[in-house]
Amino acid sequence: MLCIHSMYSGINISQTDARPMYLQIMEQIRARVAAGDWAPGKELPSIRALAAALSVSVITVKRAYLDLETEGVIVTRHGKGSFVAEVNGLAGELKEEQLGEHLAAAAEIGQLLGLTADDLAARLRRALKDLEKK
Amino acid sequence: MNDKHIEMRGVRKVYRFFSLDDVSLELEPGQIMGFVGPNGAGKSTTLRLAMGMIAPDAGEIRVLGHEIPRQQAVAKRDIGFVSAEMRLLPHATLGWHMDFMRSIYPEWDGSYAATLVKRFNLRTEQNARSLSLGEHVKATLLLALARRPRLLILDEPTTGLDPVARHEVISEFMDVLRDDSRSILFSSHNTVDVERISDTLTFIDRGRIVDCANKEDFLERWRRIQVQLPPGAVLPDVPNIVKRETDGHFVTLTTNQFSEGLLKLIGPHVTHVQRMNLEEIFVTNVMYHREARGQ
Repeated sequence: MLCIHSMYSGINISQTDARPMYLQIMEQIRARVAAGDWAPGKELPSIRALAAALSVSVITVKRAYLDLETEGVIVTRHGKGSFVAEVNGLAGELKEEQLGEHLAAAAEIGQLLGLTADDLAARLRRALKDLEKK
Repeated sequence: MNDKHIEMRGVRKVYRFFSLDDVSLELEPGQIMGFVGPNGAGKSTTLRLAMGMIAPDAGEIRVLGHEIPRQQAVAKRDIGFVSAEMRLLPHATLGWHMDFMRSIYPEWDGSYAATLVKRFNLRTEQNARSLSLGEHVKATLLLALARRPRLLILDEPTTGLDPVARHEVISEFMDVLRDDSRSILFSSHNTVDVERISDTLTFIDRGRIVDCANKEDFLERWRRIQVQLPPGAVLPDVPNIVKRETDGHFVTLTTNQFSEGLLKLIGPHVTHVQRMNLEEIFVTNVMYHREARGQ
């Protein structure tokens, strides 16, 4: 069905699969990251190397990497290559940004409800405890 | 500075029973362009024009920065051209051909050539005459690849190859592209190969370029939308529909400019949205343009 070089064996691209090839590549990389086979910080094959290994066009792999980057699964450093993001699933900066946004929203709602800073802090501690129980 | 590998502008070539008109295309370094068209569309004529084998009646052609056909001799040092019509000397061996190429081209890479002989399952001591069709195609590709040219122009390179040989050859093309300063222009009517390895696509039909875009754009833009209308409902007029088939309450719309906005315009009765493969896109595109030109 395809050419797999041993280095990336397991990534399979099927042309009879209804999903576009770039989505198939994304899904299989995501699965490897989620399973921990590709650890945070691991360098991904270069776009051209993966394209050659899978016999798919460079533009297809480029598209997959760009979308994975937007999702926060990988981070691309110019001139250095692409790496599995440090924080599972999301790049650190992205998570940080998200946290800021949620805290700001929580503060705003707290104010609307007339909660003090201590009340809010207590609520946050309770939320953390609930999380631990789960 | 002109760093495009191929640049054609408004190229025309008129024959008695066929003419190529207003052909423009651009190939960037590091890219594979698939050149797709039905038989007799003008694919080979366009490639021969790029090689300077025939002169255009109008328009400009530059290949690797050289004006074609005037500077073709310089350009050709760095172009590997293979067409299905090419014939090796029947009574000479593959090894003889390899020696011959090495004597002409200083860039000839002997160890790569030896690797290709193995990968393509060929024998250097075999006479060209006794090669099968597939072996012959692989031998001509080997002779072009081992020169390591910056640009490969391949006319139907996978025609006549069985699936295994096609796979071997395509892997080799992809290997070439590990180097982002090299490029490939290849014509084909096998849309499966083209869909897999091309970065950009150019469709040609009846001597004219029908469409040209990067492959991912093509695949993203085209969709088949199925609609089931309740009794009495009428489908609103929506833009960018290239084909519309109605069967009772069921309507199938084909668009070349898909967007969520388009779905909203069509309304709540959409039942399915399907992606299309390159072959479906190609055929629909060609038929649409023929109709638009009143042919």
